[in-house]
Amino acid sequence: METMITLVVGVLVSVATYLLLSKNLIRVVLGTAILSHAVHLLLMTMGGLKIGSVPILGDHVDTYTDALPQALILTAIVISFAVTAFFLVLVYRTYQSTGTDNLQQMRGTNDE
Amino acid sequence: MRENDVILQTVSKVAVFIILTFGVYLFLAGHHNPGGGFIGGLTLSSAFVLLYLAFDVETVNAGIPMDYKMVAATGVLISVFSGMGALLFGSAFLSQTFAYFDLPIFGKTELATVVLFESGIALGVVGVVVTIMISISEDV
Amino acid sequence: MNNILVFPMVLPIIVGVLLLFFRSNPNIQRWCSVLTMVVVFLISLWILEKVMNEGILRLDFGEWAPPFGITFVADAFAMLLVSTASLVSILCLLYAVFARDERREKFFLYPFLLLLVAGVNGAFLTGDLFNLFVCFEVMLLASYVLMTLGGEKKQLTEGIKYILINILSSWFFLLGIAYMYGTLGTLNLAQLSQRIAEAGQPPLLTTISILFLIVFSLKAGLVLYFWLPGSYGALPTAVSALFAALLTKVGVYALFRFFTLLFYHEPSITHTIIGLMAIVTMVGGSLGAIAYVDLSKIAAYNVVIAIGFILVGLASHNVEAIQGSIYYLIHDILVKGLLFLLIGTVIYLSGKTRFHQASGLITNYPLLGWIFLITILSLGGIPPFSGFAGKLLIGQGALGAGEYVLTAVAFLSSLFVLYSLLRIFLNMFWGETSIRTQNQIPLSKGMLAPCLVLAALTAGLGLGMDVVSPYVTEAAHVLMNPELYIEGALNNE
Repeated sequence: METMITLVVGVLVSVATYLLLSKNLIRVVLGTAILSHAVHLLLMTMGGLKIGSVPILGDHVDTYTDALPQALILTAIVISFAVTAFFLVLVYRTYQSTGTDNLQQMRGTNDE
Repeated sequence: MRENDVILQTVSKVAVFIILTFGVYLFLAGHHNPGGGFIGGLTLSSAFVLLYLAFDVETVNAGIPMDYKMVAATGVLISVFSGMGALLFGSAFLSQTFAYFDLPIFGKTELATVVLFESGIALGVVGVVVTIMISISEDV
Repeated sequence: MNNILVFPMVLPIIVGVLLLFFRSNPNIQRWCSVLTMVVVFLISLWILEKVMNEGILRLDFGEWAPPFGITFVADAFAMLLVSTASLVSILCLLYAVFARDERREKFFLYPFLLLLVAGVNGAFLTGDLFNLFVCFEVMLLASYVLMTLGGEKKQLTEGIKYILINILSSWFFLLGIAYMYGTLGTLNLAQLSQRIAEAGQPPLLTTISILFLIVFSLKAGLVLYFWLPGSYGALPTAVSALFAALLTKVGVYALFRFFTLLFYHEPSITHTIIGLMAIVTMVGGSLGAIAYVDLSKIAAYNVVIAIGFILVGLASHNVEAIQGSIYYLIHDILVKGLLFLLIGTVIYLSGKTRFHQASGLITNYPLLGWIFLITILSLGGIPPFSGFAGKLLIGQGALGAGEYVLTAVAFLSSLFVLYSLLRIFLNMFWGETSIRTQNQIPLSKGMLAPCLVLAALTAGLGLGMDVVSPYVTEAAHVLMNPELYIEGALNNE
């Protein structure tokens, strides 16, 4: 199971990298969203994928699920949600004000 | 401006209440089962977003005259102050507690302070999500 | 129980959010935010004093004992930085109050400045790796908004690059956290330190440490500083001063924490790499500082050079060098804020962004000119000012560690700092005045006052070294002896 999830993470990262490298801004935004999902999956895998037990550690418990990675992922999801939303609005505003969504045309100021 | 959306409007009039109820259920269930402030808040805000989709922004704003930025701010304040409340009782920041009470109708009920914290989160999520949706859609 | 520890982070958040309700009343926004930072500054001084008397303080959130819950840990190093950061924020906020940028003020300038400070203070205080990530993100989200507030074209395009680079570095940060949790099974800094020490830092952990090195280098602008000059150049003065003073320093703080508390077992690998990176940073920063004629670019490259210089202390990794770095870090937070305020004021007054387009400003604004000279001297590390002590100690420490090349590059870079800034001074302030008296934009006392206070502070810090030195010694002592931090962060009395 761990191997499979790791493969999924790899696929997601490569997709995200491809999207990030394109010049179209919307694709870049989508790329960052996928990138963050990839790392959330990785966090989950690193915490250990155990099935069918509760996150309670008692005296007579053989298996238990580690609750910490889930708390971490929830926090990370909220943060990436906020960042993506802000980024999306920013990209839209930039598109309005510059009239382009091509990163090539947004290079630095052409002085000096 | 847009095509006939009678079906969408009629369905959403009913569906919005179902979604809102489900959102409140998820929010309250969060104490022992899957759910909680964040998830409940997201569900609640999806009801608002559905309203904005089915009717236009002006109509909904006339019906629900709320500034969602202020909703979000109120939410954050409630959450932070519920954490600060613990300081008054000499406990550490963000400490939570719960107790069982015998209420008239509900019988023996568990009341937990974490609900206050979670309600702040839910308000915050609703405020932020709807603000984002409106600010993206405003000037299309 | 030390609930007081949470106030440097929570107070700015509460006031910042409350201010959202007073959008229509700029005066409440202005003075409430300044007042809040004054209170935070006083509280942090009080905590610093308490730390000196009682040792490391800890607060367990929600009374979850470490390593299970989130903790705030205050040692002298963290509290020194919290105090300095709060002090600089007071002055930058004051500058913003008098600069009267009403368009930005209406769009929640002050709430986001307060949130930024909250994130910075939280990052200094947290004793937990994941919370460090969260505080970074609070700080970064506020900085994204501040970066693009106002919506000028340049701000928007630079903002996109800034956000993109930071999303990427946050991604690396999470990656590092995932690997760390996968290998060591904890995220509490003190417990991590224990477990790494038990394992003796095998190659796997060293690799993870390099991952964190990349993350924090991106934030601090160590080698990976290419995003920095463009972004800082697009900002309004008060915000750029706060960015220059605080944002990169949080990255530096994290580097110091990581490579003194966690990954100190393989200095021949990690600290050598840091040393090399410091050299590249200083050389690149120096080249940038003399290559450009744009004022804000020169100032931004000076930030880069200083980062390299501070990291020389970490690379040398002995008590003296670390002490020097702490001195220099405090000095740099103050004086970089001052430099950016001055550069912004000069651009505002002369209306020119390049230094050969104006001259003779000292005739029009004598006080401003002399403050600028003090800043240059302080940045160059000339004796009575605050840069001197840090440079001296870092130099001694680096020589003591046998890092001769590093020392040479570090002191050469100081010459470049002096040269690049004296060039501005000689061109813009000396010579025939280019602004006639009747066209002169009046310089409000309110804008000058924060600069004056900062200049007085850098002079005072240089002369009154004895006041600060016990705190710095204590901070360096804890940094060099991780077991003290572990004891303070994990003990259950």
